[in-house]
Amino acid sequence: MTAAPTATPDSGRRARRRGGGPGATGPSNWLLVPALAFFGVFAVLPLLGVVALSFFAWDGLGTPQFAGLDAWRTVFASPVTRHAMVLTLLMTLLSFVVQFPLSILLGTFMAGRQKYRELFSVLYFLPLLFSAAAVGIAFKALLDPNFGLSRAFGADFLKQDWLGSPDLAFYTIIMVISWSFVPFHSLLYQAGVRQIPTSMYEAATLDGAGRVRQFFTVTLPQIKYTMVTSSTLMLVGSLTYFDLVFILTGGGPGNATRILPLDMYLTGFRSYQMGPASAIAVILIVVGLLLSLALNKFSGSDQMDSQMEGA
Amino acid sequence: MRHHRSPNVVGGILGFLWLLVILVPIYYIVITSVRPREDYYSSNPLSLPSRFTLEPFAYVLQNDFLRYFGNSVFVTVITVVAVVLSSLLASYVIVRSRSRLARFSQKLFLMGIAIPLQATIIPIYYLIVQLGLYDTLWALILPSVAFAIPITVLILTNFLRDVPKELYESMTVDGASDWQMFRSLVLPLTKPAIVTVGIYDALQVWNGFLFPLVLTQSSEVRVLPLSLWTYQGEFTVNIPAVLAAVMLSALPILFLYIIGRRQLISGLTAGFSK
Repeated sequence: MTAAPTATPDSGRRARRRGGGPGATGPSNWLLVPALAFFGVFAVLPLLGVVALSFFAWDGLGTPQFAGLDAWRTVFASPVTRHAMVLTLLMTLLSFVVQFPLSILLGTFMAGRQKYRELFSVLYFLPLLFSAAAVGIAFKALLDPNFGLSRAFGADFLKQDWLGSPDLAFYTIIMVISWSFVPFHSLLYQAGVRQIPTSMYEAATLDGAGRVRQFFTVTLPQIKYTMVTSSTLMLVGSLTYFDLVFILTGGGPGNATRILPLDMYLTGFRSYQMGPASAIAVILIVVGLLLSLALNKFSGSDQMDSQMEGA
Repeated sequence: MRHHRSPNVVGGILGFLWLLVILVPIYYIVITSVRPREDYYSSNPLSLPSRFTLEPFAYVLQNDFLRYFGNSVFVTVITVVAVVLSSLLASYVIVRSRSRLARFSQKLFLMGIAIPLQATIIPIYYLIVQLGLYDTLWALILPSVAFAIPITVLILTNFLRDVPKELYESMTVDGASDWQMFRSLVLPLTKPAIVTVGIYDALQVWNGFLFPLVLTQSSEVRVLPLSLWTYQGEFTVNIPAVLAAVMLSALPILFLYIIGRRQLISGLTAGFSK
């Protein structure tokens, strides 16, 4: 396990350095212990645990019993989970398609130094004051078919059961997700665009490039690292949209919005089938890991922390 | 920054439309939270209330809001202090030491960033039950600390790398111990980064929903996001009170936004946009 710093005793080196000798090789490994201990016990151990539990049958109360591949067979045979996989993929793609262009355009807009844009930016931030739980609860009230939006504008097309209709709920959730996450991503793009040297735009203007062409030939290429960072966060993050969906629809109506994280929770903590729920969790982890790795490859760097160098 | 001769009319209009999209729900939350309960079912939800009232807020406060608030503060403060301290020590070693354990730790934490750790909730539940911590605030604190460490270490190491090597070396030559070096060099130099990650971690914990949902049960240890959900279940006929609770839960962050907008934004984006 990770919490094995005792395996590399360095008390000797420590003593040597305390003497202030020039042969010092750096601080003591012991300083790593608190972080490794926390992470080892409450992250690495559960990570191994979830893989292990996917081979057990457990109802959440008794003792887990080894069950071989039962849980995996159950999960892959379950139409609910298969549906959840498709939904997760759709939600990831669709929320990306909505958020990605919107965030870039808004970030570029917010990067402008005009007074009204600075004011708008202050207000664009407001959704970030609220937790996902708060956003979910507010929208649930706002989208109420009887007392919500429909009555506000008196428009017939707004008189929908936004979260209660199997056809609409999924798309409604995409909209709420965008409302609550686009502000964050546009902040990233704002910072990215503001770092583009003004001279590049001046040169483009001299070349006769208009506003639209400058956006495509100067702005977009210059924010490509921000794009990688933001896209990674968007795509990997969408695997963990749990709170919003849980509060807005609880996965329903029927299974219309039961994405994988919800499927995991409901299978585990409502149906008490911890084995299959763990198998679903492993799927989520593997997909998330592959997605991060793929995006990092795509960005042309082999270090994860290139994410942090973006913008 | 950019010098266009003509103002960008299309951009301005689209920007204004987005402003409406953002503001309508916010306005709805605010206006409903000051609406008398009897008004809610009869009036247009976006209209001004027949009279402004603070009853919804009073109602929430009478229903243990302050206890949930206190629980959230406790969990957030302890978690952030533990995360920042342990991560700062670890980052210092990762940047300064060439030991195998330091390199291993760095790789381990990088992996922790790429993995959606929430997916480990089932074994965490098992572990917390086995430790006898189920339905306590410590059940929220311990895994929250672990989950926050990778990103915190990454941000702090990026920051510490920018500190000139000579500074460390001159202190080493003077015979400074780890602790002296840490206190008189690392701590003061990383203050801005500590503020940034501290805010980032605090927001994650403050807003966290899955841990409280799975790892706690009784109202004595309920934290804010979960309380919003239970209020919604309990006050089904008092939506103004539910939205008043939503407002109250956002107040500390609003306060932070007003007094330190730049720090909050840098904390939110946590070095993703340096």
